[in-house]
Amino acid sequence: MKRIYLDYAATTPTRPEVVEAMLPYFTEVFGNPSSIYSYGQEAKGAIEEARTQVADLIGACDEEIVFTGSGTEADNFAIKGVAYANEPRGNHIITSSIEHHAVIETCHFLEERGFKLTYLPVDGCGLVDPDDVRKSITDKTVLISVMHANNEVGTVEPLVEIGRITRESGVYFHTDAVQTVGHIPVDVDELGVDLLSMSAHKLYGPKGVGALYIRKGTKLVSFIHGGEQERKRRASTENVPGIVGFGKAAEIAKSEMNHEAERLTPLRNRLIKEFQERIDHIHLNGHPVKRLPNNVNVSIDFVEGESMCLNLDLENICVSTGSACSSSSLEPSHVLLALGLSHEQAHGSLRFSLGKWTTEEEIGRVLEVLPAIVAKLRAMSPLLKSRR
Amino acid sequence: MRDTGSRYSEKVMEHFRNPRNVGEMENPHGVGHVGNPVCGDIMELYIKVENNTIVDAKFMTFGCGAAIATSSMVTEMVKGKSIEEALEISNRAVAEALGGLPPIKMHCSVLAEEALRSAIDDYLSKSKGG
Repeated sequence: MKRIYLDYAATTPTRPEVVEAMLPYFTEVFGNPSSIYSYGQEAKGAIEEARTQVADLIGACDEEIVFTGSGTEADNFAIKGVAYANEPRGNHIITSSIEHHAVIETCHFLEERGFKLTYLPVDGCGLVDPDDVRKSITDKTVLISVMHANNEVGTVEPLVEIGRITRESGVYFHTDAVQTVGHIPVDVDELGVDLLSMSAHKLYGPKGVGALYIRKGTKLVSFIHGGEQERKRRASTENVPGIVGFGKAAEIAKSEMNHEAERLTPLRNRLIKEFQERIDHIHLNGHPVKRLPNNVNVSIDFVEGESMCLNLDLENICVSTGSACSSSSLEPSHVLLALGLSHEQAHGSLRFSLGKWTTEEEIGRVLEVLPAIVAKLRAMSPLLKSRR
Repeated sequence: MRDTGSRYSEKVMEHFRNPRNVGEMENPHGVGHVGNPVCGDIMELYIKVENNTIVDAKFMTFGCGAAIATSSMVTEMVKGKSIEEALEISNRAVAEALGGLPPIKMHCSVLAEEALRSAIDDYLSKSKGG
């Protein structure tokens, strides 16, 4: 049975062209980019080319891109970096209640150290209200961090409107764009952001490399000390093969992204529509229209997510769930709870994220398999029994 | 020992795939209802008792793979046991019978033990009253 991978939002396979571009930098061109001889300078040149490729994908200048070890690191860098550098001016940060843990836990870290945090609510579709942003700004606010698209439910946030507000009030604006860069158009000037986090492995690049866009003139403290790399903002000998791979992946994404979004959207819509036809008591989570072209998130009443995932895995289908049973805490997804779902519904969620190798046949197979799994689990569900 | 993460043993997967004793029991002598939606696991366990011996056990569970497997295992383990013997069944015994559980799933075995105790309590209180 061929494996059906529908968890591209968790990670993507590295494209063969990307691997090929990376390979020479493990062996032939292994030099340290900080060395002055040609070996080193060749590696340095490759990094700068990758920087241009990544900058081009988001409409930035080369020198505004800092490579990091991951998207999570980029989020940490942006938020702590701005918070500490601007502390004399103010200690208030605004974020949303549906951010990735990389943002939320960084905010908690700062909160424990005396910063004041505002966590904005979202509506039932997962949208932040720009008016709430406006009302929450005080003369102590230094940073607003709202993600571009949510990793669980796929809702795309109104960044343009929020960007207008942050510009008017002179507050820095950060966005975690890990789920959007390389998938839908991202332009830092159009969005009005000052900082933007990215990750290579979400766009068919390698794991272990990310980047932070930092608009010229943004005040933030360096993240790692101990060298001149990345304009002293992030010391460490560069992950040259990883960075080269990120660059290549960004270049390919730029040329294929629109076409790919057009191909995936009908597949996504078919899943949403036919799930509802084949399974009763199923609900779409997230926004019906303002959502990523590759994301389907549903809650299925009376059944639990992990047991559905395991059953799908037995059919060689890989998806994820917002149920607590997939994590070490017993609480289900904070995102689904913030959307107003009950605990049962949050525990009964499944996320399907489509990608480059997703086919019409695969979607058909999922539509065939899931209803039987739901029926099997419902037959043993005490929640359903109590409704009879 | 190597960290096996959240992976389940073969025995857990076997019980998850083919759970024993699934379903609601008609006229049970004792019913245990434990868990809550917040933690994501709800178990209902039913027993039939004759001459102080549990002659049948069934369950209904909303929960993860480990919750279903521990429910299935505990209902298998109690059948044929006296009330006193059944009360001795610990969550560890259930987990061991399943070839172990990932550490973060041990609470599911606790739930199974609680479901059993609650069903026995229910039976005892009813039989006293009757």
